[in-house]
Amino acid sequence: MEASKVIHAIYTDDDVLMSAVKTVKAEKYHIEDVFTPFPVHGLDKAMGLAPTRLAITAFLYGAVGLAVATVMMNYIMIQDWPQDIGGKPSFSFLENMPAFVPIMFELTVFFSAHLMVITFYMRSKIWPFKKAENPDPRTTDDHFLMEIAVHNNEESLTNLLKDTGAVEINIVNKDEDAH
Amino acid sequence: MEYKISNRLRTGAIILMVLGVLGVGYGFMDAYSVNEDNITEYLAKEDHHGDEHATESHGEEHNVSAAHSEEGHADEAHGAEAEAEGHKMTHEEHVLHQLHNRPYAALYVAAFFFFMISLGVLAFYAIQYAAQAGWSPVLFRVMEGITSYVLPGGALVLLIAFFADSHIFIWMDENVVAHDAIIQNKSGWLDKTWFMIRGLIFLGGWSAYRHFSRKFSVAQDLADVNDNSNFKKNFRISAAFLVFYIYTESIMSWDWIMSVDPHWFSTLFGWYVFASMFVSGITVIALITIFLKSKGLLPFVNDSHIHDLAKFMFGISIFWTYLWFSQFMLIWYANIPEEVTYFVTRIEGYNLPFFGMVALNFLFPLLLLMNSDYKRIPWFVVMTGVVILFGHYLDIFNMIMPATVGDRWFIGIPEIGSILFFGGLFMLIVFTSLGKYPLLAKGNPFMKESEHFHY
Repeated sequence: MEASKVIHAIYTDDDVLMSAVKTVKAEKYHIEDVFTPFPVHGLDKAMGLAPTRLAITAFLYGAVGLAVATVMMNYIMIQDWPQDIGGKPSFSFLENMPAFVPIMFELTVFFSAHLMVITFYMRSKIWPFKKAENPDPRTTDDHFLMEIAVHNNEESLTNLLKDTGAVEINIVNKDEDAH
Repeated sequence: MEYKISNRLRTGAIILMVLGVLGVGYGFMDAYSVNEDNITEYLAKEDHHGDEHATESHGEEHNVSAAHSEEGHADEAHGAEAEAEGHKMTHEEHVLHQLHNRPYAALYVAAFFFFMISLGVLAFYAIQYAAQAGWSPVLFRVMEGITSYVLPGGALVLLIAFFADSHIFIWMDENVVAHDAIIQNKSGWLDKTWFMIRGLIFLGGWSAYRHFSRKFSVAQDLADVNDNSNFKKNFRISAAFLVFYIYTESIMSWDWIMSVDPHWFSTLFGWYVFASMFVSGITVIALITIFLKSKGLLPFVNDSHIHDLAKFMFGISIFWTYLWFSQFMLIWYANIPEEVTYFVTRIEGYNLPFFGMVALNFLFPLLLLMNSDYKRIPWFVVMTGVVILFGHYLDIFNMIMPATVGDRWFIGIPEIGSILFFGGLFMLIVFTSLGKYPLLAKGNPFMKESEHFHY
């Protein structure tokens, strides 16, 4: 497998990182990824990432949860085993519906939340016990790392990154199947 | 940015008020054109039109009364009235009372609706100060403009309550109380003098906060850059006001609204009314902000501020629905006669406004404002805002009307006239107040953060 060269620029402040990202983008370099110890507000927009579509899936999952709850309560309480609770054994879903609203609400939220998390895991290709792809453990503490692919332009890129306030610049051979 | 109420807006507001007065006047004349002498003809004419509503309702009334005969009372206010007269009150008298109550109730609903908008904004404003919010100070002058209506609006509500007397509050009628054991037990609280005193205390407290917070806010503009003493004073009085507000708002909702059904009670009613006023208030902040911004007067307000207001409209609409449903479900499930009549009258006599309001106040904001991008599109926010305001007008309508006019409700000339009158007055007072000081509260220490706020 061909090894690709990347540059790792390390920063120690999120504001410096933000302006660096903007400068690098303005110079038309492609930022592979940025690793930060905490979410940096507005970083996704500065990097030019496409907006997330997770919200759309959340809505769809919620709709599925609502449907499941409706069908489930109809089967349990109306079709299969109607029970007289508070004098309301009316054998009609619509008339008993208010009693089912909390369940319908909860299952909507339950489906939406859990399936959204699972979708997020799958989309980000992470799962329990997976070895972290983090290039530098310091990015889990107090450092920020910007990764840029190198295409025979090491020098100009290094100079540019130095100007943006990077405290450390490393050129690494990234072996694609190392992880 | 300076703003002065334009002549067109002022004339428009005054025209609305004049039209409103005409509508209200017509409503009173129309209602009192039916009296003891011609009520029989009136009902006969109604029957000729093939409208069997009146007879139907009469039957229902008797069913309700029969259901409670064990306890010797009916729960609906007018059931109580009928009972109080020892069933001597005829159908004609009963209908006559409902007809005469209608213009008073229509006036009261509109008066309370516009008043609660400004009171909701006052609470929102106090929360911004108490939380030392960094996003909202660019909107403070808009909020201060809206809260200028608290004092006149509240005074009008109290005045209408004073003059409408037993036309709205059945417990103010001594004859009714004399025959009603339940109201007698509550008479220590439900007493007209004590009611007015309480109202004045609430209104006095709210307006005092509004007066001083506005004063300190303006003083902060003129103060030295390093002098935040006015801001600190505002922080302190806002925190104190919020404590005062949550008690008085709750008691106000029992007094001014819940007591129209003097037999019925709900322990979360204060919260429920609060949710209504809060969401209506935030909606009006958004509408007026968008209006002023479209005139180019709020260049410092960006679409993130609109986005946040729309998030509040969305969130509080759902909070309102949560309380609406919590109140409904427990009473529906327990099915205790004296509680459930409240919803029985509304579902039977007010089906369309009662469930229509849930669609307007819940489904519309939920679906229209769910998407993040839509919360930044002004015309989308305006459209949803209009739906929300109409829905919450209906909410107040559903609270007051069943106890006063029974099933003889309609949104006709008296109701629309009242809305026009109070809407015009609201616009006149709010926009005049907006023109008094610059639209940017530049002295606020969080102003820079607010101007740079972005989501």
